[in-house]
Amino acid sequence: MKKLVIIDYGMGNLHSVIKALQKMKIPAVLSDKAEVIKAATGIILPGVGAFADAIKEIRKRGLYNIIRKEALAGKPILGVCLGHQLLFSHSEEFGATKGLDLINGRVIKFKTDLKVPHMGWNNAKTVNQKSTLLKGIKDNRFYYFVHSFYAVPVEKKVILTETQYGDIRFVSAVEKENIFGVQFHPEKSGEPALKIYKNFWKVCSKK
Amino acid sequence: MLTKRIIPCLDVNQGRVVKGIKFLNLIDAGDPVEAAVRYNNAGADEIVFLDITASHEKRKTIVEVVRRTAEQVFIPLTVGGGIRTVSDMEEILRSGADKISINTAAVTNPELIREGAKKFGSQCIVVAIDAKHSGKGKWNVYIHGGRTDTGLDAVKWAKKAYALGAGEILLTSMDADGTKAGYDLGLTRAISKAVKIPVIASGGAGGPEHMVEVLKKGKADAVLAASIFHYKHYTVRTVKEYLHRHGIPIRL
Repeated sequence: MKKLVIIDYGMGNLHSVIKALQKMKIPAVLSDKAEVIKAATGIILPGVGAFADAIKEIRKRGLYNIIRKEALAGKPILGVCLGHQLLFSHSEEFGATKGLDLINGRVIKFKTDLKVPHMGWNNAKTVNQKSTLLKGIKDNRFYYFVHSFYAVPVEKKVILTETQYGDIRFVSAVEKENIFGVQFHPEKSGEPALKIYKNFWKVCSKK
Repeated sequence: MLTKRIIPCLDVNQGRVVKGIKFLNLIDAGDPVEAAVRYNNAGADEIVFLDITASHEKRKTIVEVVRRTAEQVFIPLTVGGGIRTVSDMEEILRSGADKISINTAAVTNPELIREGAKKFGSQCIVVAIDAKHSGKGKWNVYIHGGRTDTGLDAVKWAKKAYALGAGEILLTSMDADGTKAGYDLGLTRAISKAVKIPVIASGGAGGPEHMVEVLKKGKADAVLAASIFHYKHYTVRTVKEYLHRHGIPIRL
């Protein structure tokens, strides 16, 4: 049976994502088991907290190479919030930490006098109009964000949306073939935003 | 542009919304899930449930309310009231809440902030501070629902809570609460300037003009209000339109 796996690596509250998938009637299972990840139609990588801790937890569970291998073989993967950042090459938080390196780029901290984390509702302006992930969703709509770091991709063509916080314009979503990332929380951004999960599920179902 | 958040708060007693002044003369005001759905549809940016149930059945009842709400409402949901341990937090988060608000327990056991932030992330941990004026430019922290003066300085406590890993401060002015005469701007500004995390202003909202004041002059990042929404003096929508017209960045 086709289903998604939500990777459970012990970071943060995954229940909101589960509820969102249930609402959209998308079959999903929460797991940290290699065989479950291999058997899944697509991967959701959620998470909140620190980049380095997350990578450590993923490695500890022996999932680092498995997630990479599955994604590089073409399995759709959607990173949400910290999960989005983990898709990138490395983070500069407390010295460099290597990420999953599925998208070339780095993760850096907000350097601003404004409050950090960037928390609350902000809009995401679509850069790539041909996006699969945001199909049928109103452009420049508001999403719920909570984060202190943001990803800076090397290749401009992977940029899906951009968001403005004070003087900083950062990349808030990326799409590179089967690899998707959103810095915001679609599961907390009102019911219309749940369509992002539906769109991701459609990509997975086609595989 | 990051918008200011408008957060309706629902007091929940034994699984029902209650209205009353300072927890007295409580009147049943319906199903919290229905109220949350209504606020969500009207454009609320988040919802807070404050569980004021005194009985031992407390946790079970609020968990059920949260579970039912989280199935239907896809905006951040904060739950506060009597949360004392990391396992209390876990139970509420598992049922679908996004944030936990702690007040008395944070003061009596500040390590709870650190432990909760470590386990669930700082964004999950809201430290609620009930503050009362104690002298010029000074406020003390009260606990036990405002019955006990801890003698702690509110600004110092907010800084400590921030340092321990709090993700947000929910600040209630006990002097302003229930007056409908406006938020305490001095208190809100003092706390907001002292910490780098968002501050939610609470207590004293009589109308949207008070929200404009506290968001501009008080430097608040969000406003919490209960009675002005409950009694249907204003809807979340009309409040947000008012704020928008007055130059506040708002999600409409």
